[in-house]
Amino acid sequence: MAQVKAKSVLFEPIFNNNPIALQILGICSALAITTTMQTTLTMCLAVLFVMTLSNMFVSIIRNHIPSNIRIIVQMTIITSLVIIVDQTLQAVAYDISRQLSVFVGLIITNCIIMGRAEAFAMSNSPGMAALDGIGNAIGYSIVLIFVGVCRELFGSGSLMGVNILTPVTEGGWYQTNGLMLLPPSAFFLIGFFIWALRAWRPAQVEEEQYRIAPNSRTSEAF
Amino acid sequence: MFEHYLSLFIRAVFVENMALAFFLGMCTFLAVSKKVETALGLGIAVVVVLTLTVPFNNLMLHQVLDEGALAWTGIAALETVDLRFLGLMVYIGVIAALVQILEMTLDKYVPKLYNALGIFLPLITVNCAILGASLFMVERHYEFGESVVFGFGAGVGWALAIVLLAAIREKLKYSDVPDGLKGLGITFIVVGLMSLGFMSFAGVQL
Repeated sequence: MAQVKAKSVLFEPIFNNNPIALQILGICSALAITTTMQTTLTMCLAVLFVMTLSNMFVSIIRNHIPSNIRIIVQMTIITSLVIIVDQTLQAVAYDISRQLSVFVGLIITNCIIMGRAEAFAMSNSPGMAALDGIGNAIGYSIVLIFVGVCRELFGSGSLMGVNILTPVTEGGWYQTNGLMLLPPSAFFLIGFFIWALRAWRPAQVEEEQYRIAPNSRTSEAF
Repeated sequence: MFEHYLSLFIRAVFVENMALAFFLGMCTFLAVSKKVETALGLGIAVVVVLTLTVPFNNLMLHQVLDEGALAWTGIAALETVDLRFLGLMVYIGVIAALVQILEMTLDKYVPKLYNALGIFLPLITVNCAILGASLFMVERHYEFGESVVFGFGAGVGWALAIVLLAAIREKLKYSDVPDGLKGLGITFIVVGLMSLGFMSFAGVQL
């Protein structure tokens, strides 16, 4: 097996192989909690914690897992870690835990974590696997934070609950954009994020499935 | 009673659509929505699995996990046990087991249906819409009857959304999309527009 470089393992997933924008993984639980920065950051930390440790543990026992029950073993490791996160949140930050509602539990089925455990941790050493977990969690967090900042700033004029653009309702000048707090805006923002990323890194543009024939000229048609 | 169930069903399908309002099951939603036919197969599989797992998890919650739920065993030590912290582990286990049983049953008795749905069933275990529905059921304290209706409704809503998206994407193949938006990008924006459309159901109340 070729020795993988630690630096590339850590930084590759951030822009070049972003889990959300390119691998289409882990979108599920990501979008619903981005209406405020506080919940977004909590989610990012939770995913960072779960992903790093699950990758590491799966990698440590990778040679002892029979391959036909590996999914269940991975799932058990991930679930245990998520339960730790869930219980800690309920004990330490109950309000945030209420706002995140079911989405902490849904980290279990976040495909990014399963995907990395299966694709990377099963065939690499624990240290590398942990780095890969951190890298992917950061790649995931960047998209989430981008969406979170846009939604909270334009939706309610604040960041982390601190007013940046004073809204009209509090005697300021900023007319809040209610759409930003609703589900559709998250889809639009991710769509635009992907567009921006691919405009910057054209290598990620997807191949067209069908090539459209050029229009025939009027002179040829008759 | 019937009206209550009907209203719950309508809410689960349209107002609180799993995919478009809660972003659940997005990975499969985006990956398997290129063709209407496969989208329909996956949609039906999700309906079946949700209708089974949500009520089953409801039973698990009320008979095993909840505080004092184990009183029926008659063992004094178990009467005050609160196992809710194990919830996540139990729900995901139940889902995985039920999907596996469903797959084997279909394979044995209805091979035709198995051929149509078979490839989607393993995918579904890790679909967040399935686990999500069970967690919503727990959070909203649904009764057993309500959980059946909610599971079915959530499944129908998800299936509806993915079939609609697949139909739009089939047409989208012929349109000229800017380079960077091709594929995933434009799909997100289309889903955003669909979600905007579904929001118009928000005021619906029966």
